[in-house]
Amino acid sequence: MSFATAMEVNVEARRILAVSISKLYASRSQRGGLRLHRSLLLSMVMRSARDIYHSSRESEQPNGEQPATEEPMDTNCDPKEKARLTPDLADTSADMAPGVSDKLDESDCDITEDKENLSPAKQSRKRRGKASAAPDFLPSKRARLEPGEERYAAPVGSCRAGVGDYRSALTLNQVIPAF
Amino acid sequence: MAAPGGDMQWCFSQVKGAIDDDVAEADIISTVEFNHTGELLATGDKGGRVVIFQQEIENKSLPQFRSEYNVYSTFQSHEPEFDYLKSLEIEEKINKIRWLPQKNAAQFLLSTNDKTIKLWKISERDKRPDGYNLKEDDGRYKDPNSITSLRVPVLIPMDLMVEASPRRVFANAHTYHINSVSVNSDHETYLSADDLRVNLWHLEITDRSFNIVDIKPANMEELTEVITAAEFHPHQCNTFVYSSSKGIIRLCDMRESALCDRHTKLFEEPEDPSNRSFFSEIISSISDVKFSHSGRYMMTRDYLSVKIWDLNMENRPVETYQVHEYLRSKLCSLYENDCIFDKFECCWNGNDSVVMTGSYNNFFRMFDRSQRRDVMLEASRENSKPMQVLKPRKVCAGGKRKKDEISVDSLDFNKKILHTAWHPQDNIIAVATTNNLYIFQDKVN
Repeated sequence: MSFATAMEVNVEARRILAVSISKLYASRSQRGGLRLHRSLLLSMVMRSARDIYHSSRESEQPNGEQPATEEPMDTNCDPKEKARLTPDLADTSADMAPGVSDKLDESDCDITEDKENLSPAKQSRKRRGKASAAPDFLPSKRARLEPGEERYAAPVGSCRAGVGDYRSALTLNQVIPAF
Repeated sequence: MAAPGGDMQWCFSQVKGAIDDDVAEADIISTVEFNHTGELLATGDKGGRVVIFQQEIENKSLPQFRSEYNVYSTFQSHEPEFDYLKSLEIEEKINKIRWLPQKNAAQFLLSTNDKTIKLWKISERDKRPDGYNLKEDDGRYKDPNSITSLRVPVLIPMDLMVEASPRRVFANAHTYHINSVSVNSDHETYLSADDLRVNLWHLEITDRSFNIVDIKPANMEELTEVITAAEFHPHQCNTFVYSSSKGIIRLCDMRESALCDRHTKLFEEPEDPSNRSFFSEIISSISDVKFSHSGRYMMTRDYLSVKIWDLNMENRPVETYQVHEYLRSKLCSLYENDCIFDKFECCWNGNDSVVMTGSYNNFFRMFDRSQRRDVMLEASRENSKPMQVLKPRKVCAGGKRKKDEISVDSLDFNKKILHTAWHPQDNIIAVATTNNLYIFQDKVN
């Protein structure tokens, strides 16, 4: 990819990410509650945009310098958001895009286990994840920070996960007006 | 059923609904459905109301004067509710209406909002009792001392009254939003589907339902696919299909196991890599699935196309029709204005030779499978003179716009036709714009 097109794609990806975040936020106040289908589609677009953003960033940096890794965030937002926005800690961004896609693709709807005869322990449908450290009914609402990172004052009611994750991609000035 | 000698011509017949441009949100039509004879046409709206139109039968013998549809019954099916546990409002919008086949004098239909399905009985009353011994005509009780003789009350004719009463309420079975309801060919059971589950009900039993499909992953973070529509096979009571947001249709046989998580057949067309974009996943999401009347085929609608599948061939559809290919280059704008999330429905005509679906700018399309012809028509007040023939419309994708063509950028994306229905036995179609219902019929020479 030429540098110019990589830039265009980069800008486009960032724009789509910003639009998607504002849609995700707006859907939380929609009448009838969060629509799972719509949230899923939004998160897929965001994932594509993020992947393309990262791969275009790569071509922007031909000296091999890695773009900033994204921090995992504890959130009680839409679980779909979390799936899309929290890649494996150990991976760098460069490996992340295909790595995350693979991991998510694996968990496609090919679950062939016999649901009727599972032991109760296995059948648990509880949402596991970083929130399970705390009691289930008190999920942590605060973002987990990396060492050296500062907590910033976000507007009340803002979707922190959405904002924080894309700190590397979008400046706060761009994202906060979206709310 | 096609008019002899080629192209069918469609004429305006009627339009129902308010004329003014300021659309009240409650009046937005959310579903349209003919009953099995086509005599009744039901619509549901965002305000939770159901309006049923009936075709007058007087002029059946004169084919050129097809009878009009007039309001038969109107009732409030669902009310807004509040889920206190989740602090969520439950919309009263009617997502689907499905008629039951008629068994006696009354008509029955299922109507559903996001969470609750109701069975409604619509019955006619054209007689009333007269001549009570203890009551006056106006209902006041008579003085017992004034009664000197007894008589038998008689039934006397009265003006037709159509009553709708809820006979069953099927509630509390869906965690997610209900998108489909389908009556089984056994006429005793029906299915309801939400984003992650499909439930089987018996029409007589409201306090329990059987879960027959469950695609909820153990960890919701691993969710990649949701159910978008489901339908029973028209003849095989053990068979149903459900479509997904990934563009996959699964056919299940209820005889195989109690929980139909393993499909019997899986219909999926490999993606065309040249069409890949940010929005490939959204536009491949199936918004509607409908079996043909014959039961041999099924049709799916995704954002840009209609596909016909042969149930005996899983790896690709047998026919694909592009509804509005000119929108493919506009997907980013359509994402920004939310139109890309619109869920278009599709329908078959009575003999499965033509399929129909809606588009934007109040356009709708028909694809004639046998004659390999298609047409785009418009539902508008301007073309609403009685029996006015609809002129085919064309959209110019780019470059030079011919006369009578409309350019893509002039399309009104607020005017969308999501719901259409075709009379099961005749060439009469019902097309819903935002808040109006248009009825068209083919021109009989």
